[in-house]
Amino acid sequence: MDATLKPRDTRETCEAVKWAAAEHTPLEIIGQGSKRALGRPVQAAHVLDLSDLNGVETYEPAELVLTVKAGTPIKDVEALVAESGQELSFEPMDYGPLLGEAPGRGTVGGVLAANLSGPRRIKAGAARDHILGMEAVSGRGEIFNSGGRVVKNVTGYDLPRALCASWGTLAVATTVTLKVNPKPETSASFVLSGLSDAEAVKAMCAAMGSSAEVSGAAHLPAGVDGGDSRTLLRLEGFSTSVDYRFDTLRKLLAPFGVPARIENDASVALWARIRDVMPFAGGTTPVWRISVAPASGAELVAQLRGRLDLQAFYDWSGGLVWLTCLDGEVHDVPIREAVADCGGGHATLVRAAAPVRASVPVFQPQPEALAALAGRVKGQFDPHGILNPGRMVR
Amino acid sequence: MTAIAMPAPDAAVIARRAEIVKALQAIVPGEGVIHDETEMRPYETDGLTAYRQLPLIVVLPETVDQVSRILRYCHDNDVKVVPRGAGTSLSGGALPLADGVLMSMMKFNRVLDIDYPNRAVVVQPGVTNLGITRAVEHEGFYYAPDPSSQIACSIGGNIAENSGGVHCLKYGLTTNNVLGLEMVLITGEVIRLGGKHLDSEGYDLLGLMTGSEGLLGVVTEVTVRILQKPETARALLIGFPSSEDGGRCVADIIGAGIIPGGMEMMDRPAIHAAEDFVHAGYPRDVEALLIVELDGPEAEVDYLIGRVEAIAKDNKASHIRISENEEERLTFWAGRKAAFPAVGRISPDYLCMDGTIPRKELPRVLARMRELSDKHGLRVANVFHAGDGNLHPLILYDANKPGELDAAEAFGADILRLCVEVGGVLTGEHGVGIEKRDLMTDMFSEDDLKQQQRVKCAFDDKHLLNPGKVFPVLHRCAELGKMHVHKGKLPFPDIPRF
Repeated sequence: MDATLKPRDTRETCEAVKWAAAEHTPLEIIGQGSKRALGRPVQAAHVLDLSDLNGVETYEPAELVLTVKAGTPIKDVEALVAESGQELSFEPMDYGPLLGEAPGRGTVGGVLAANLSGPRRIKAGAARDHILGMEAVSGRGEIFNSGGRVVKNVTGYDLPRALCASWGTLAVATTVTLKVNPKPETSASFVLSGLSDAEAVKAMCAAMGSSAEVSGAAHLPAGVDGGDSRTLLRLEGFSTSVDYRFDTLRKLLAPFGVPARIENDASVALWARIRDVMPFAGGTTPVWRISVAPASGAELVAQLRGRLDLQAFYDWSGGLVWLTCLDGEVHDVPIREAVADCGGGHATLVRAAAPVRASVPVFQPQPEALAALAGRVKGQFDPHGILNPGRMVR
Repeated sequence: MTAIAMPAPDAAVIARRAEIVKALQAIVPGEGVIHDETEMRPYETDGLTAYRQLPLIVVLPETVDQVSRILRYCHDNDVKVVPRGAGTSLSGGALPLADGVLMSMMKFNRVLDIDYPNRAVVVQPGVTNLGITRAVEHEGFYYAPDPSSQIACSIGGNIAENSGGVHCLKYGLTTNNVLGLEMVLITGEVIRLGGKHLDSEGYDLLGLMTGSEGLLGVVTEVTVRILQKPETARALLIGFPSSEDGGRCVADIIGAGIIPGGMEMMDRPAIHAAEDFVHAGYPRDVEALLIVELDGPEAEVDYLIGRVEAIAKDNKASHIRISENEEERLTFWAGRKAAFPAVGRISPDYLCMDGTIPRKELPRVLARMRELSDKHGLRVANVFHAGDGNLHPLILYDANKPGELDAAEAFGADILRLCVEVGGVLTGEHGVGIEKRDLMTDMFSEDDLKQQQRVKCAFDDKHLLNPGKVFPVLHRCAELGKMHVHKGKLPFPDIPRF
């Protein structure tokens, strides 16, 4: 019997999980299903569809706090807070275009389960930095609350943060509380052209280490999304301040060339392209998301260029490398060797056909003691392994 | 005697003391094992000085290998371990156990790597919070979280408590500024989490470790993010005729899209105590005093000072001063920074509480606190991190008067219950420790607490690391693992299915 269970509230969600736990029958947890092509394919007889857990419980702009049901579409949340001049400052990316699916889908729960972020990760953090509290159902079928509705809180273990990036394998979130921030008054991009990858990473790291409060640092090498290479630094805030900091960067980065400036809407659109990996959208070649120390990004790509036919671009001041293997193979072994060789980090296979994702380690394999610890944590939340089995590890 | 009971010591372990000393001496040679009562005395308490307990033995390892071997020995021999950094915990997180080894990490005091291109610093856990900033400030960098104990507290302790400080609304807490950790589990296994790169490669155990109060593992190395110091900072000192006016001003500043570097409020008793002590020029005829600090590029700071001033005027501010130079800015802060010792001057003893509330609840909470003050017959002064809602009521008492400590603790418990009642939490940055342990059931259900304790079981299934802290009732892991479910039909057949 394959069935989709569609609970309407926390109690029904709890009952569904309790039943699955008693039957030892696995559940695939989905919101809008926008991330089903990410991670390892789940083997589950039943789907637990949370899209009816939809709605805002409280939103208090002056408190910078928002509580929503986990199945609420992320676009609705972004539209709601925008009405009060606020935003989710971790600017969660949209995987839709990269995965060949419609843009604009996904729920709050999915954003947290995948710990999404965007170019502002280097300044404002990821989803995990903005979660304050959570109500969830464990794989034991028990409802638990953790965290709170205030920014500063060390009452008990930080389970909401630990549940971010767990891909629905520990618990089913039903209600979440997030921190929101004021939307910057204006945005502009400082653009240098013609830099090599290595020069660009130097320039970006220098900018990040300055007092210019850069909120995005990306490099598009020649041939990626245009002819010449472009190195982009984003400045946001009050307009007098943006102008002043643009000038600070112009002086600091004078050795790297004369900058161009892209304003407001054009700047916002450019950063949305980088956030959503648009240069690689529409293709089918494997795509890797690689996180390393920022200063090592260019070195990593240079090492791999000698071994693979690839295209790559950089976000996070060089610390996030989006890389696609043009021959259609995944090359997980050389890629992870290069990551280890460049000081460590992690490489995640984000675009590949399901059979490939079932056979290649999608997430960075962990050392034995850490993997065992992660397994014990999983066992304490979901002793029968019924939540998204196989999603992260075989 | 004070109200909070610790678990009964295990006489069998205490009887094995000589044997345990010998085993630890085999791991840490020389003076690293302390078992003489007089020499152990400095370790009998932490920042929560009302509670004292001599440990079984004190050990001061110097290498990760020693930490690993000590923990493995204690695990194999069922000996409890209390990890300790600088011992500045205000919640009793480092309070020793009569039948437990106290492991001080203060010999781990080296800065290992300063990496400016990656804006990362790698340190050992005994390095002080301020020590990180001291190591990088000649290049214009600093480490942002700045708890008021920053001159003394260790970064390892900051991880344990997820420490904040006055700048966390804009720059985040410890958890937002830590990139990586090395830690040792009670089994002796060494685990590395994160590094100079961002995000975890699996479960966010780095996030879980931060704020875990020494119950999950012993941190042996920390990688933190450093920032370039803001170009400039200026402050406004704003007095209000009522806390309602002050509270509304704070909401309006944030509503205008302004996130100040720091925003602190004091109530009338705190203002008077501070002014009497440091003569910072605070007005005495106000009910609430707000310090708003704006930091960043000069052009931005000057612009925002004007906007905040206008917002303050709209909210009936009776006094407004704006710092025109660095000296003046520091004077504004001098009173606030000396608030605790200032209160210490007017009372033989005080308890510092640490709840967090939704900002808008401040006037209601202050009013209720005045009623509680009458009920318990003790005075209270309040300092408030207005930006993030973290409230530090200082309860004034005299430990030499019979019953006053008990009354102060009861008053404190009432305040924390009030914080939870208005939608807040028991502790913002000091930790649960032993101090708020027995109040956890006021904030969490039994299922909430059981799930937290199950996480503990994944790290330390014998409950040997810092037991007696955080959780009011210790459940055995085997008991926590039991499932009480009945096989059968879906009990609620009305859940829509397709």
